[in-house]
Amino acid sequence: MSVIEITQTVDAKGLSCPLPIVRTAQATKALPSGAVIEVLATDAGSVKDFAAWSKATGNELIEHSVDGGVYRFVIRRK
Amino acid sequence: MDEPLNLVLFSGTDDKLQAAAVLTAGAAALGKPVNIFLQYWALESFRADRIGRDHGLAPEAGPAGRQAVQDLARAGQASWAETLRQAKDLGSVDIQACSLSMDLLHLDDGDLDPLVDGVEGVTAFYINAGEGQIVFI
Repeated sequence: MSVIEITQTVDAKGLSCPLPIVRTAQATKALPSGAVIEVLATDAGSVKDFAAWSKATGNELIEHSVDGGVYRFVIRRK
Repeated sequence: MDEPLNLVLFSGTDDKLQAAAVLTAGAAALGKPVNIFLQYWALESFRADRIGRDHGLAPEAGPAGRQAVQDLARAGQASWAETLRQAKDLGSVDIQACSLSMDLLHLDDGDLDPLVDGVEGVTAFYINAGEGQIVFI
C-alpha cells in the first residue's frame, strides 16, 4: 500500500463559496507539478465544485471524503 | 475556457456586487479571464471613499433577506471587495470604469479604489469581450 505524502494543507473550513476553490487554486499555483494538496472545507457545495474544478484544470482529485461535516479533498497538481 | 466572462455591473447594492464577485472568483479559479465594466451605481460603490461602506441590498431582499445577509457576514463571509481582490491575485481579472458613468458621477481616476484598473468606453469593452458571454447585473 502506498502512502500519499501531503505537500500542503489548505484549511478552508468556515469559508463560503467560492473561497475554498480560490484558496486552493492560489496554493496550487505556487506549488510544483506533482505536489499533493489537502483541502479541508465545510461548504457543502465544495463537493461538486472540486470535481468540476479538477476536471476543468487537470489537477487530479485523488481522494475525497467527509467526516463530521468537514469535507476533505486530496489533489495532485498537474 | 479561453473566451472571457464579461460582467457589466450596474447595481451598486452589496448583494448584487457579492453575486458578481462570486462569479468572478469562480471563473478566475478555473483560469477563465474576466472583464468587468462598471456603470452607474456599481461604479459609485467602487469609489475609494465609499467602497467599505454599507451599500444596502436590492429591494427584493426585504427584512428577512437583510437578516440572512447579515448572518452570513457575521459568520465570516468575505466582503465583495475582498473576494474581488483575491480573484485578481489568482487570475486575469480586469476592472474598467465606464467613461460615461465617470462623467455622470463627476469622478476622476483618483476617486476610484485601486481595484479599478482604468476607464474605458463601451466600444473597448465589446472588443475585449470577444466571443465571450456578457452578463448584466
